[in-house]
Amino acid sequence: MAIDRSVVEKVAALARIALTPEEVERFTGQLQVVMGAVERLKDVDTKDVSPSASVLPVRNVMREDKVRPGLAAGEVFANAPKGGRDGEFFRVQQVLEERP
Amino acid sequence: MRSLPRSIREAAAVLRRRETSALELAELAIARARADEHNAWLHIAEDHARAQARAVDEWFAGRGPGGGSPPALAGIPWACKDIIGTKGVVTTAGSRILEGYVPPYSATVVERLDATGAVMIGKTNLDEFAMGSSNENSAFGAVKNPWRADRVPGGSSGGSAVAVAAGEALFALGTDTGGSIRQPAALCGVVGMKPTYGRVPRWGVVAFASSLDQVGPFTNTVEDAAIVCETIFGKDERDATMVDLPGDQLRRELDKGVKGLRLGVPKEYFSVKGMEPGVEKAVRDALGVLEREGATLVEVSLSLTDHGLAVYYIIQPAEASANLARYDGVRYGLRVDGPDLVETYRRTRGKGFGPEVKRRMILGTYALSAGYYDAYYVKAQKVRTLIKAEYDRVFETVDALVTPTSPTVAFALGAKVNDPLAMYLNDVFTLPVNIAGLPGISVPCGLSEGLPVGLQVIANSYQESSMFRVAAAYERATPHHLARPEQVAA
Repeated sequence: MAIDRSVVEKVAALARIALTPEEVERFTGQLQVVMGAVERLKDVDTKDVSPSASVLPVRNVMREDKVRPGLAAGEVFANAPKGGRDGEFFRVQQVLEERP
Repeated sequence: MRSLPRSIREAAAVLRRRETSALELAELAIARARADEHNAWLHIAEDHARAQARAVDEWFAGRGPGGGSPPALAGIPWACKDIIGTKGVVTTAGSRILEGYVPPYSATVVERLDATGAVMIGKTNLDEFAMGSSNENSAFGAVKNPWRADRVPGGSSGGSAVAVAAGEALFALGTDTGGSIRQPAALCGVVGMKPTYGRVPRWGVVAFASSLDQVGPFTNTVEDAAIVCETIFGKDERDATMVDLPGDQLRRELDKGVKGLRLGVPKEYFSVKGMEPGVEKAVRDALGVLEREGATLVEVSLSLTDHGLAVYYIIQPAEASANLARYDGVRYGLRVDGPDLVETYRRTRGKGFGPEVKRRMILGTYALSAGYYDAYYVKAQKVRTLIKAEYDRVFETVDALVTPTSPTVAFALGAKVNDPLAMYLNDVFTLPVNIAGLPGISVPCGLSEGLPVGLQVIANSYQESSMFRVAAAYERATPHHLARPEQVAA
């Protein structure tokens, strides 16, 4: 399938990235080239091959469920964006609608 | 003393004889870092370095924690890629979206180096979120190659490579997702090493592509790389993606030589389009040296080498698009307010991320989106299984592989900025190693057109010992690791 501007716009919306019209234009062309190169994977026979999410030979790594000190709240909140802190909370815009 | 000693071993000896102090070494490294003309540093942590150095001098004076003699890295000035979190020292990942971010905790690798008394001089420049092969994608400006100011240093750990090559630190840490340690090491003429996936803790390291990322060292010598690895290897229970192997005694392997070893030469690594004749010659000469040292060279085939790039450019952006979802302007970093929360996310990320990061977010999100997930992401993971199996088969017959690190020497700044695919092709010899999770090291093997060439040694998983054996034997037999850019030698 062809990658056109509408595909790039849709994917950018999914990725929550605001793009300028120039960026949409540029990325459309560049993604066509990169995905074109990637198409070659179709030539590899992968019938009966399982996918590898990782090459690590371990599964379900467990450790003791111990209480240990967390990070100091003051240091964590010190990195809050400007206007993004309200005491020991991060402040964001309203997400839920108020009940009528 | 006007320049730093030539290796960790030399510096450690000088410190042990009390001919210099850790503080004097730190001051020298700070002065050199401040005088750097390559944009290698994003932050020089002078006070932090001085405090660490003073504590080490106490240790050398017999007033250290728990007494005893300080370890090999005590008092050694080092440089940290700015994608590795450092408590109390700003960490940006080369991105505007993290500008001014001060981590409330240090990465495990930093904690381990702190505990040995190594002295961190500062944080080095990199491609934004480690996405790049030229260090031109940093939000804080490109890094220049100390061998020639109009050339790139490679990437993404360009600043770390330059800090060592230009004598501004005795070692550096980098991260390697598709070649980001080995390729800049090759292009800057230093040693750079990526450990087996799962050997080094990633706790506290900004995540890029989690099934591929690994932390490793840049050094002047192979022995120095082994020293750093001995310190950073080993299980950390905070990182669930690790093998539970003890840290290796890697230095023991260095003198064993290559006599009796079988070294595989993958023919596909020498038939790639765009390979420079000068690079091929330097690497072929290096193979000849290893043969004279007693190794048996065996031609092998890794038929899927060509497909590595395609697998990598699905899996890596897909994982990155998930990892970078956390940069939303809520808890840290940049926030650009919009009329509602979703618009705040969009504007924050639109302004905070640079072009290459956006490109990869789009690519990765596309590969993971409904309708394409099986065709791209799952398909790439299946080919990954085949690539790993092909390496497994080859390592049944050889002890290590020897290849070029990069098909070219350092290219001109700006040459590939507008051609992502050409840029990505630069990693064709390094990224299959990440796909298969193997360890790889790049060592200097001479110059082409006056610029450094790297020889890559790849070993089977957890067989860093044989990789170090080969690299050290090559280094002993040649003077190439001593070559340095002119302004440093002067």
